[in-house]
Amino acid sequence: MSQEFNTNLGTLFAVNLDGPSRLHRRSATQPDQSAPFSDRIDRFDLGLGMGELAAEKHAKYILTVEKKKDDIESVLMEHLRINGAYWGLTTLDILGKLAAVDQETVISWVMSCQHESGGFGGNEGHDPHLLYTLSAIQILALFNKIDTLDIEKVSNYISTLQNEDGSFSGDKWGEIDTRFSYVAICSLALLKQLDKINVENAVKYIVSCKNLDGGFGCTPGAESHAGQIFCCIGALAITGCLHYVDKDLLGWWLCERQVKSGGLNGRPEKLPDVCYSWWVLSSLIIIDRVHWIDKEKLVKFILDCQDKENGGISDRPDDAVDVFHTYFGVAGLSLLEYPGLKAIDPAYALPVDVINRIFLH
Amino acid sequence: MLGRIDRGEVRIIGVDGMDSDEDERQLLPLSQRPEWSDVTPVPQNDGPNPVVPIAYSEEFTEIMGYFRAVYLADERSLRALHLTAEAINFNAGNYTVWQFRRLILEALNADLHEELGFVEQHASKNSKNYQLWHHRRWLVEKMGTEAAVGELEFTKKIFLNDAKNYHAWSHRQWVLQNLGGWEDELAYCNELLEDDIFNNSAWNQRYFVITSHPGLGGIEATLDSEVNYTIKSILIKPENESPWRYLRGLYKNNMQSFVTNPKISTLCLNVLTSKVNPVFALSLLLDLISNGFEPNKDLKNAIEAVIPESNSQNSDISVTICAILEIIDQMRVNYWRWRKNNLHSQVAEGVANLHIH
Repeated sequence: MSQEFNTNLGTLFAVNLDGPSRLHRRSATQPDQSAPFSDRIDRFDLGLGMGELAAEKHAKYILTVEKKKDDIESVLMEHLRINGAYWGLTTLDILGKLAAVDQETVISWVMSCQHESGGFGGNEGHDPHLLYTLSAIQILALFNKIDTLDIEKVSNYISTLQNEDGSFSGDKWGEIDTRFSYVAICSLALLKQLDKINVENAVKYIVSCKNLDGGFGCTPGAESHAGQIFCCIGALAITGCLHYVDKDLLGWWLCERQVKSGGLNGRPEKLPDVCYSWWVLSSLIIIDRVHWIDKEKLVKFILDCQDKENGGISDRPDDAVDVFHTYFGVAGLSLLEYPGLKAIDPAYALPVDVINRIFLH
Repeated sequence: MLGRIDRGEVRIIGVDGMDSDEDERQLLPLSQRPEWSDVTPVPQNDGPNPVVPIAYSEEFTEIMGYFRAVYLADERSLRALHLTAEAINFNAGNYTVWQFRRLILEALNADLHEELGFVEQHASKNSKNYQLWHHRRWLVEKMGTEAAVGELEFTKKIFLNDAKNYHAWSHRQWVLQNLGGWEDELAYCNELLEDDIFNNSAWNQRYFVITSHPGLGGIEATLDSEVNYTIKSILIKPENESPWRYLRGLYKNNMQSFVTNPKISTLCLNVLTSKVNPVFALSLLLDLISNGFEPNKDLKNAIEAVIPESNSQNSDISVTICAILEIIDQMRVNYWRWRKNNLHSQVAEGVANLHIH
C-alpha cells in the first residue's frame, strides 16, 4: 500500500476498550535504560548477525524531525502533523524517552487543532476529521491529560458521524470506511463514552465487511487487507465482539502474509512492508494466534529496515526512513517482546501503562 | 514514498485546463500578481517548532499562505478555485484544500464534467491519494447514473498502471452497486487474470460479481463454471494463493459438495504428481479430510511421495500431511503443528456435519 494509505491508517491506532478482559497479557514494563542493549538480545541471537535495535539513534531521529521542519517532506505533511506527532511521541514513549519532549507546548498545540465542532484537524486551521481526533486523544493519553478535553464535546462530534447502517463517516463529507469505525470506537473507548453510539449497529456493519477468507475490507465486498483487518479486529476487540471472528481462518490468512524474507505483506502477492509488522502482528495477537508466524524472522526483517547511522526505520531494507515506519517498526518489535521496549497494547496502540492508567483507576 | 521524492519533482506546475496566458500568470509569485494584491497571506501555526521555509518550498509556502487567507475569509470565488488547484498541484494530500474546493465548486455552480477532468489530470501521480478518490466520489454522486460508464473506464485506466490499486477497486465496486454496469464485469476479471493470474484484487472482484451481480443468479447458478475456471487457474500456477482461497470460498456453506466433488481431489492429485510447490494442495487435502473425505490409494501415494521419509509409522494420512507441511512450510511450523494436534476434533466434527445432511 501507498504511503498515503499508511499515513491515514496510522492515525487509527488507539486503544483497547474491552471492560475487564485484557487483550495484551504482558504486564507493563519500564525499559531498563541503564542496561546496554547488547546484553539483552541473547534470545534473538541466531548466530546470523542478527543486529540490534539502534534505539538511541531512533529517538534522536524523531526529536530531530520534530525540531527541524525545513525539509520538503515535513512541509508536505503539514496537514497531518498531528498524526506525525502521535507516531513520534508514542515511539519515544516505547523507547522510554517521552520526557525529552516539552509536554506543555505539545498539548497546547494539540488543543489549537480543535475545531468548534469538537473534532480535531490535522494541524491548526484544518478541518476536523475522525482520524485527527483520535490522534489528539491518543497524544493526550500519553501525557495523562485526557481531562484537558471537553469530553462531552468531542464525544458528540464523533457520535454524529455514525450512519444508520452502523458505519462511520470520516467527517461531514461522508466518506465511509471501516478505518473510521475503528477510530470512532477507539476514541470513544478511551474517553469512556462508547454508549454515545449504537455499538450493536457499529458491530453489525463491521461484520458485514467480513470476507470469505476470514479477513475484512474497507466496505462490504472489498478485498481483505491487513490494515483494514487491524481496524475491524481492533474495533471488535474493544467492543467485546471477537466471537464474530473466525480466528482459525483469519489467523491462517494472516500468517500467510509472512514472506521468505521474514517480513509481512498486506495482501497476497504484494511486497512486505514494516508497517504490516504492526497491522498483521497486532491482529494476530488480538486473536491469540501470533505463534503462527516466525517471530524471529520478523524481528530480523524489522531490524534490517533500520538506518543505524542516522536513525529511523523504513518500509523495507535500504529505503528512505520516515517517522511513520519508525513508529511501526518499534511498535512491532515491542509486540514481539524485543528487550528494552515498553509493552504496547495491540488494539489501542498505546503503551500498556497508559491503558492501565485510563482503565484501572 | 515521500522519502524518495526527488526534490526537482516537487515543483509540479500543473494547470487545470486553462489557456497559456493564464499559465504564464500562474508562474509569477502570488505577491506579484495584480489580481491578488488585496489579500494578505496567513502563515501556518505549526506548533512548537514551526516549519522553516527554505528555497524549494518558498513557492509552496506562499501559495498556502494565500490559501489560508481565502479559507479564513470563506471567499468562494473563481480566483480561490484556481488557487486550490495550485495548492493541490503542490500537495494533493491536503484534505482541507480539497474540501474548500468543493465548497467553491458548489457556490460557483461549476461544471462538474470539467472537474472530473481535473481529477483525472492528477490521478496518475496521485492514484493512492484518499482525498482525490473521495473528491471523485463526491462528483460522481452529484452526477448520477450518466457517470457510470466513465467511472468504469476511469478505474480501468488506473488498473493499467496498477491492477491492485485498493482505492480504485473500492471506487469501482461502489460504481457498480450504485450506478450499475455489471454486464461485462466478469469478462473484465478474466482479462485482468490473463494479465496477472496472481492478482488477488481481481479474484476478490470475481467473488463480488458472482454474489452481487443482479443478473447472474448467485453462487449456486455459477458454481460449476467458477469451479472449472478456478481449477484451470490453479493448474497454471499451483503456487498462487488466491485461487485456492477462492475455491474454498465457493464452497463455504456447502462443505458436503466440496468433499464429494471428484474434481477437487483430482486437482490435488494433479498438483502433487506434477512436482510443483505442493503446500496449497496439501493444505486443501487436510481441510477435505477433516470434513470426512477419504483419499484413495493414488492420492495417498502422491502425498507420501512429497517427502518419502516422512510417512513411516503413520497410518493416519492427515498426520502425514501435517508432518510434511511442518517441513516444507517451516515458517508456519506452529500453524501446522496446531492443525495436527486438532485433527481428531476437526475430523469428528467434519464427519458429524457430513452425516447431518
